[in-house]
Amino acid sequence: MGVLAEAWTWLVTGSNWSGDGGAWVRLTEHLYVSGVALLIACLLALPLAFLLGHLGKGGALAVNISNVGRAVPVFAVLALFMVSPLRSAGYVPTIVALVLFAVPPLLTNAYVGMREVDRSVVEAARGMGMSGMQLFARVELPLAHPLVMTGVRSAAVQVVATASIAAMVGQGGLGRIITAGFNTYDTAQVVAGALLVALLALVVEGVLVLLGRVFSPLRKAA
Amino acid sequence: MSEQNCLVTNDWICAEYLRSRSQELTEATVQHVWITVVSVLIGLAVALPLALLARRSKRFAGPVLGLTTVLYTVPSLAMFSLLLPLFGLSSALVITGLVLYSLTILVRNILAGLEAVPQETREAARGMGYGPGRMLWEVELPLALPALLAGVRIATVSTIALTTVGSIVGRGGLGNLIEDALPTFFKAQVLAASVLCVLLAVVADLLLLGLQRLLTPWTRAGGAEPEPRTARIRRPTAAVGAG
Repeated sequence: MGVLAEAWTWLVTGSNWSGDGGAWVRLTEHLYVSGVALLIACLLALPLAFLLGHLGKGGALAVNISNVGRAVPVFAVLALFMVSPLRSAGYVPTIVALVLFAVPPLLTNAYVGMREVDRSVVEAARGMGMSGMQLFARVELPLAHPLVMTGVRSAAVQVVATASIAAMVGQGGLGRIITAGFNTYDTAQVVAGALLVALLALVVEGVLVLLGRVFSPLRKAA
Repeated sequence: MSEQNCLVTNDWICAEYLRSRSQELTEATVQHVWITVVSVLIGLAVALPLALLARRSKRFAGPVLGLTTVLYTVPSLAMFSLLLPLFGLSSALVITGLVLYSLTILVRNILAGLEAVPQETREAARGMGYGPGRMLWEVELPLALPALLAGVRIATVSTIALTTVGSIVGRGGLGNLIEDALPTFFKAQVLAASVLCVLLAVVADLLLLGLQRLLTPWTRAGGAEPEPRTARIRRPTAAVGAG
């Protein structure tokens, strides 16, 4: 386990964190592209999923899009962007790829969440005279909340993972520490970078689990 | 003339590329299929006992499901990199990583399938004198087969996509071709390898669907019943994704 000790040494060495290609810069890049992509994906996917779920239409699209998302390799999409004119557009190719892979889990989970709301509850709400908007805001959205949050969590984890692969096509992010380690046959650096990426994914997942619990609309009602 | 030139002009679609590099493409595809098949088979062999263990007692269920979920959260590039000190630059590294990913989906689906076996069926089998082993092989596993195969389909499709990341250690099947093409911006190679990857996933999914129909003919005769069940089982796994 000498490698783990060397990886630890890499992680606690200040010079590895500072400077242009240092870990801080890479972490900032990673968080920036991930955050922007997740935000764009939420803005695109959630309203669409809520609308489709509310109307009860487009179920095949919402469910099948996950299957498509799973079959397409992240690395291939990033590589296709990098050999296209998009490559000279800074973080754009990475962010577009991240959005593409974040949309399926968001769309599918939010849609399923909306559709799994008990039909008798929906009927009762309509019987009470709720309008479509009231039904959505007071009944469907609160009941769909857990699955919507599952979708956001999966999308966030997917985005963090995809952002690390962006390094394989020469884009920024924490993955660059790993690829740089591979290029210089520095196993300790590879492992150190991998630990950072894995830790970031787990922290993101954990934070979102907590956020989901804190903001759960059902918690207030109970 | 134009066929010759498409390599020089770096076109997206180039028949000359497909013709002259067909051997390279075939070798990469074979490596891709080989890595995927081995990973999913080992994944199944590991997932089955884990699912049985998780079913046996709540004490095991928590750690087994928790651990496989944590593994799924680890990004693929990090997973392969963390295995580097153990395996070096080898196919074993990629396969181990892919096996660890497939466990999440496979364990959950096998468990869901086993738990969906009706209690009356078990009691009837027990009444007929079936012991635990025979019950598992002849009653429970066949009834859990649709859920199990649904899991194998998801695991296979995502494994095919993830294998490309194995190119970080030079064992990524078609991913190797993508990686090799990047420094020279070789469009035809990136596109051809990417399309082949997606085609592989589609073909594998259809083959497994055929296998599922063949092995579980009763799920079609019943009509509507089995569909919502597989849909329900698929949902949680459809939600997660590791890049």
